Amino acid sequence: MIIPDDLLYTESHEWIKREGENVRVGITDHAQSELTDVVYVELPKLERQVNPKEPIAVVESVKAASDIYAPVKGTVVEANKALESDAGLINREPYGQGWIFVLKIENPDDLKNLKDASAYKKQIG
Amino acid sequence: MPFGDRNNTAQSFLSSSVEERIKVRSRVTNPATSLRKIALSLVSLVTEAAHKKTSLYDEHMRLGAKMVPFAGWLMPVQYTSIVEEHQAVRNNVGVFDISHMGQFVAATPPSQRVGGEGAAATWLNSMLTNNVDKLDVGMGQYTFLLNDRGGIIDDLIVYRIDEQKYLLVVNAARADEGFAWLQNHLNERRSLDRVPCNLTSRSTNFGAVAIQGPRSMALFHALFGKDIELPARNHIVDVPFGTTDVSVARTGYTGEDGIEVFFPANDAVKFWSAALERGKPLGIKPCGLGARDTLRLEMCYPLNGSDLSPERNPIEAGLGFFVDLAKPDFVGRDALVKTKEFGPREKLVPFRMKEKGPPPRPHYAVFRNGACIGEVTSGTLSPSLNWGIGMAYVSSAHAKIGAEIDIEIRGQKFAATVEKKPLYRKPAS
Repeated sequence: MIIPDDLLYTESHEWIKREGENVRVGITDHAQSELTDVVYVELPKLERQVNPKEPIAVVESVKAASDIYAPVKGTVVEANKALESDAGLINREPYGQGWIFVLKIENPDDLKNLKDASAYKKQIG
Repeated sequence: MPFGDRNNTAQSFLSSSVEERIKVRSRVTNPATSLRKIALSLVSLVTEAAHKKTSLYDEHMRLGAKMVPFAGWLMPVQYTSIVEEHQAVRNNVGVFDISHMGQFVAATPPSQRVGGEGAAATWLNSMLTNNVDKLDVGMGQYTFLLNDRGGIIDDLIVYRIDEQKYLLVVNAARADEGFAWLQNHLNERRSLDRVPCNLTSRSTNFGAVAIQGPRSMALFHALFGKDIELPARNHIVDVPFGTTDVSVARTGYTGEDGIEVFFPANDAVKFWSAALERGKPLGIKPCGLGARDTLRLEMCYPLNGSDLSPERNPIEAGLGFFVDLAKPDFVGRDALVKTKEFGPREKLVPFRMKEKGPPPRPHYAVFRNGACIGEVTSGTLSPSLNWGIGMAYVSSAHAKIGAEIDIEIRGQKFAATVEKKPLYRKPAS
């Protein structure tokens, strides 16, 4: 499983990449491999205000639908429209073209509550 | 009919009472499970020792399968990808471990075997909906085991494997319950001093594998020899394999041509390995429960526990063809006669989404002009059609082919159409 060192992680298998005032969010390689064959993604609406651990997107595989949570408090500023026509990007490039949304974060200190790569690695064993 | 084996992937949640409906609808508002929950459950359940393992467990692990608990067993849900495995069966050939399925043998005791109808046939005809008298030796038929209310305990295939001997292949999830139900009725019969029949379960000593796909006949010959004759559709024959005989049935649960092979558990690894090895030039893939479920749903084959349950009868499920009401008596018959006379209140129908969108899932509510008229029992994104499909129980007034319905997904309604079976037809080749 690939777990890039420069990202942050949640217990619910989202990855978080800091981009100035924003964070880019997707699901981890481990998560996509557990879900398998992603066939549909429901994206969050732009400008939606979200709280940490609030379900704001849904990733559906052949098997099941799974909620994707906001990692920190913020506002949705981008959603990956490319997933609407090619949800399989999540399987093929979970950390790249398979990103799901971008949040403008309210308080950068909130990021301290997230896991680093080694803690996430420990979690998934 | 090519209903071979059935695998339950979802627990049953069928009920038509208003209270239950409300429960269903509140669940439907947010049916997504968290990734964390999925991952945790996979980890904790794989390490749990309480689940039974088939003789092929080590082979599945070696092939890197994702194992999931299923009907008390640890079974492979997929090896590489559900979609890839699904396509392997539609285009080439796939092999499934179906050793978790129950295998019962009903036989007339040797002392009773003197001409006329045997005790086994008479008794089975009193317990099952279809008519075993239609079976010549070597033939199988799809049939139901019902409760007294006509509700479905199990759907199964009964094969006549000898003059006075029948093999019943039942769902893993209902094997214990079904066996107990059969056994209780047999004891009742004994106490009435009527001719008994022997019933045994050979489930733990026997394994089974399904080989399915357009190239499965080529694999049959590669495994058993060029000159060995294939059983006809729905027939079963004993074929030598190495030093033992295995039973080969021309049945399946995928809509493709194929066979199901039954053998002593000791031979499981040998047979499985031979199938994978000799199937290599044919593009064979080991396939898990995930692909099995999408393949059967495209064909509208019901899944017990999802589409069938003790609260539903075969007529509501649209499977009256496998019920012989001309038989004077069998368990559940009275209830079916009534359903037939008054018409079922609800019917199981296949449907297809009108637009590309989120796939339908079990327990989603079905609407028509704003009123709730039913519930989805099976749903997925069809890998063959790349489109949302499913089956639902809807009130009979809206069960006609072409009827427009709405499926509620996370609070939003998506249009769908009631379709004819099957939902997927192979393109003419």
